Amino acid sequence: MKTDKPTAVFLMLALFSFSFAVAMLLILLASIINDGFSRLTWQFLTQFPSRNPEMAGILSSWVGSFYLMILTGIIAVPLGVGAAIYFEKYAKKSRFNYLMEINIGTLAGVPSIIYGLLGLALFVRIMSLGRSLLAGALTLALLILPIIIIASREAIRNVPSFIQDGALALGATRLQVIRSIIMPLSFPGILTGVILALARAIVETAPLIAIGALTYIAFLPEGILSPFTTLPIQIFNWISRPQVLFHRNAAAAIMVLISITFFLSIVAVLLRDYFNQKNNT
Amino acid sequence: MEKHIFEISNLNIYYHDFHAVKNVSVAIPGNAITAIIGASGCGKSSFLRSMNRMNDFIPASKTTGQILFHGVNIHDPLVSEVSLRRRVGMVFQKPNPFPFSIFDNVAYGLKIQNIKDKTLISERVEESLKRAFLWDEVKDRLKKSALGLSGGQQQRLCIARALAIYPDALLLDEPCSSLDPLATAKIEELLQKLKKEINIIIVTHNLQQARRISEYVGFFNAGELMDFGPTKELFEKSEESMAGRYINGIFG
Repeated sequence: MKTDKPTAVFLMLALFSFSFAVAMLLILLASIINDGFSRLTWQFLTQFPSRNPEMAGILSSWVGSFYLMILTGIIAVPLGVGAAIYFEKYAKKSRFNYLMEINIGTLAGVPSIIYGLLGLALFVRIMSLGRSLLAGALTLALLILPIIIIASREAIRNVPSFIQDGALALGATRLQVIRSIIMPLSFPGILTGVILALARAIVETAPLIAIGALTYIAFLPEGILSPFTTLPIQIFNWISRPQVLFHRNAAAAIMVLISITFFLSIVAVLLRDYFNQKNNT
Repeated sequence: MEKHIFEISNLNIYYHDFHAVKNVSVAIPGNAITAIIGASGCGKSSFLRSMNRMNDFIPASKTTGQILFHGVNIHDPLVSEVSLRRRVGMVFQKPNPFPFSIFDNVAYGLKIQNIKDKTLISERVEESLKRAFLWDEVKDRLKKSALGLSGGQQQRLCIARALAIYPDALLLDEPCSSLDPLATAKIEELLQKLKKEINIIIVTHNLQQARRISEYVGFFNAGELMDFGPTKELFEKSEESMAGRYINGIFG
């Protein structure tokens, strides 16, 4: 195939942009691995934080992150999917609903620290939940709610209307169509959106610092009202220490955190492909 | 059984300002195939979709006039559109099987009526697939996805799916327009057999198809029902009438 000159120039530019992005990512990863790899041991994963950098581990923070993610999902998923169903299937085209739509789009772009301040005022103070897992999860749930709503609406809208018509023509009620047609067919899209939203929640730091999640926790959370810490908070704490050995710990914790988000992204893609294939063959 | 299945008087359908069906009054005979013909956009699909109230879902659509189904006003507040649709089935232009297994497609209409009896469901699935001339082709792969079937098989599956809940009438909206001639012939043969069991109203673009399979024909033009009568008479109309000119391809 012959390539003319403008095409060749465009291709070069595109290739450059691509390699630039990949190169930056690789440099970042390389420097983190260089700093942290030696600290990444089994002991590091199973020890509580300590004043002695070589004894310190991330047990309480990864367990905290894990609990927080689960609790956030339990709160945000039903609300987000419910709101998406309302918008797509029940809401009339009114000025109010139009405003709501714009609002949700805007909320997805609000800086996360703002959610943290809201969480501090509403959940920690007014609702007196303290600096608990539940307060953190509620705050993060608010943060990812717009993402889940937008992804779920997209998935619901992609269910072809002629299939819904088929069900309605057989005498299905609107609720039955939602339950038996729309939910199963939009499930892969919703699931992908939820996993990516949770991956975002697990790396969030600012809102949790704003609500005052503790940095030094030498025990595992016992319930949803226990104080907690998370990986990003632990990383933030170690980085702000002057000792180089703590920076090594931070790098190792970053490796763990990146592995978790990488794993979540892969799970999201695999599940989506699996369900798409299942629905189409 | 009464003579007419649908008695329609002064039916008007509007979408926003567009007057899609204009003051149509007609009685559709039972135990026969009635074909609705006319140019694209003449309101024949709207007319068909008003009979099982599928137009209700189109935003800003408005229907006035009266439609009696077996003498019952289908817009009566006491008549639920859900129960109406369980008695008046519909098959669409584009085959629209659910992305489930063949078995689950046919069983769907029963399941949403909360029928849980497994034996009854599988008997009804087999019976419906046989009635739709599909059983022999799919009996070994009932658990396979319906999307693996050919277009013609999918359309017969949609017919089987509609038959499974024992409707009294079947509305077909250009069911063969996306099918090849062989698949079309199969569906026509199927409809010929089904008309002994069920009332059939079919919208078609294919005049020869209307002539081959129907006992009655209605001709729509620009939202008005210009002509309605026995197929033989209508197809022998002279070119003086609009229906005659349409049938002879002189107009549009």
